[in-house]
Amino acid sequence: MNSTAASRTDARIATDAFILHDEDRRAIVHELGHYEQPQAACIEALKIVQRRHGWVPDGAIPAIAEVLGVGAADVEGVATFYSLIFRQPVGRHVILVCDSSSCFLTDYESLYASLSETLGICFGQTTPDGRFTLLPVCCLGACDRGPALMIDDDTYGPVNPDDVAELLEAYA
Amino acid sequence: MTASRSSLRYRCQLRQPATERRAETHPLTWRLHDDNRLIGLDEYLDKDGYVAVREVLGKQSPDEVIEQVKEANVRGRGGAGFSAGMKWSLTMKGEGIPRGYLVCNADEMEPGTFKDRLLLEQQPHLLIEGMILGGYANNSRYGYIFLRGEYVEAARALSRALEEARAAGWLGNDIAGSGFDFDIALHTGAGRYICGEETALISSLEGSRANPRAKPPFPGQSGAWGKPTVVNNVETLCNVPAILRHGVEWYQGLSGGRSDDGGTKLYGVSGRVNTPGLWELPIGTTGQELIDLAGGIRDGKALKTWLPGGGSTGFLLPEHLELALDFDTVGQYGSRMGTGLLTVVTEEQSVVSLLRNLEQFFSRESCGWCTPCRDGLPWVVKILQSIERGEGEQGDIELLEDLAVKLGPGKTFCAHAPGAAMPLQSGLKHFRDEFERGISHRPRAAHEDPIPVGEV
Ligand SMILES: Cc1cc2nc3c(=O)[nH]c(=O)nc-3n(C[C@H](O)[C@H](O)[C@H](O)COP(=O)(O)O)c2cc1C
Ligand code: SF4
Ligand code: FES
Repeated sequence: MNSTAASRTDARIATDAFILHDEDRRAIVHELGHYEQPQAACIEALKIVQRRHGWVPDGAIPAIAEVLGVGAADVEGVATFYSLIFRQPVGRHVILVCDSSSCFLTDYESLYASLSETLGICFGQTTPDGRFTLLPVCCLGACDRGPALMIDDDTYGPVNPDDVAELLEAYA
Repeated sequence: MTASRSSLRYRCQLRQPATERRAETHPLTWRLHDDNRLIGLDEYLDKDGYVAVREVLGKQSPDEVIEQVKEANVRGRGGAGFSAGMKWSLTMKGEGIPRGYLVCNADEMEPGTFKDRLLLEQQPHLLIEGMILGGYANNSRYGYIFLRGEYVEAARALSRALEEARAAGWLGNDIAGSGFDFDIALHTGAGRYICGEETALISSLEGSRANPRAKPPFPGQSGAWGKPTVVNNVETLCNVPAILRHGVEWYQGLSGGRSDDGGTKLYGVSGRVNTPGLWELPIGTTGQELIDLAGGIRDGKALKTWLPGGGSTGFLLPEHLELALDFDTVGQYGSRMGTGLLTVVTEEQSVVSLLRNLEQFFSRESCGWCTPCRDGLPWVVKILQSIERGEGEQGDIELLEDLAVKLGPGKTFCAHAPGAAMPLQSGLKHFRDEFERGISHRPRAAHEDPIPVGEV
């Protein structure tokens, strides 16, 4: 790609006027020190932005690319590959429900049905009040207590369909 | 009666009480407490911690270390079972070759696997000690722990342990006065099962999409940033300190003649058993012993089939419960030992539905590089879904068999597709009747005899 084309793309992506927080910029620069090449800090940089905003807006992509000194397309490619990098706004709390084999055998489907009914949403959706986003996740390494799920940083299991209402109450 | 939130919190726990675990017989877990608390640096040092580092660094040559790990025959606990000592002996090192990396694979996402979590959350210093020794043997300049993003508790434990180890001089320059420099950084992932495949892991570590790489070159020749790179599983590395501390013969003796493999194994059982969980046992323990330890099948049901070591291993039958669970033995029965954590399927559970769930997982987690994997897996899922609904067509079983061959070893860049093929192939072999029951139509061409809408 020639440089004018590249900068035009960057400018277009940047139209939602994203400004990288100074603290985040410093945190990303600090990450660079852990690796041989700047591209390696890309995933961590996306996570740093996500920690502040809850998700990674389009405008953050060229901003991160600039700090790392790599192409915006490379950052975009990475940002769209990983399941824990969110490219659209999510709720205040993210629920990750394990849908892998051991939880399947211990009836995660009933747990999912209960969550889905209580929240009125399916996988991939956010409640209208912006409180919860519901997503599937690979085996959480909690198979001895399946069905398992995570809410933000907390892992729970086994969770019965009846436990859902009380469990969610703690997350305002 | 609903459970309170705190009682629902997941705590990773070994089933064996502390009174049953000893340093001579349980090298991985003898220090762990019944209340699951983290073992900090002081306690680790009190309990023989970093003794192997002090005894080995600068006193034995890297080649001597490799020789012992090779003789101990510690086979890769990430699932493939490759000899760790052999892998280390193949790492490029010497005049003119740059010092590379030792990477710990802590990406644990294999369906049904929950073993590395225990070591990471409760005993991070054992892993760090194993990595220092591995780094020394492989002449690595730096170590990375590639930890899956969801293991928040493990990240906390590891960060703290790395700081403690650095402050006490176990990491950094001139470790224990040996002249060996080595440090470790924690790298946390952002999801995607494929990151656990070792070359994809290296791509991810470099900050790219987690696409695997064609081999050769092997990571030991050219890995992270083109430097020699060794990737080992958490449990594999945690075996190293005790081997070097107590010797090869002792380690080999741990399996008590049950297996040619050395040492112990973290075995586990999940699914509908009475007390699912995790145990450290001699390698070569049988499936029956494990299911007995897990209190047998729930609700008095019978066992239908089982996966010996995760979603990418093949189905075994009740008659295979007497087999020693080690890499060579299980490999002879159309399956693999894999991670050694059993998934139990009971008589009333459907193999077709379970396979559909597994193949959906593999399909979703494909990195998309190879055609059989990217396009074949969604096709497999579609056929399984129709069989599950009782709407399969004649010829579907043969088609699935053919797809399983096309997903098999040697046709793709990485072992993800062969991993998906193994439960498919073995499921079709052992439970053909279940698939046949889901087939109700004779084969149709698209233009001929369409099923009227609303009829099925
Ligand atoms: C799709 C796929 C996923 C894998 N996931 C993991 C994993 O999460 N953890 C792991 O240790 N090995 C995993 N492996 C195996 C690694 O590629 C590699 O063999 C292993 O990390 C080597 O370490 P070991 O020899 O100590 O087992 C995976 C392999 C494949 C094909
Ligand atoms: S087999 Fe699948 S996961 Fe592995 S490289 Fe090919 S497409 Fe990617
Ligand atoms: S299969 Fe759900 S936690 Fe492992």
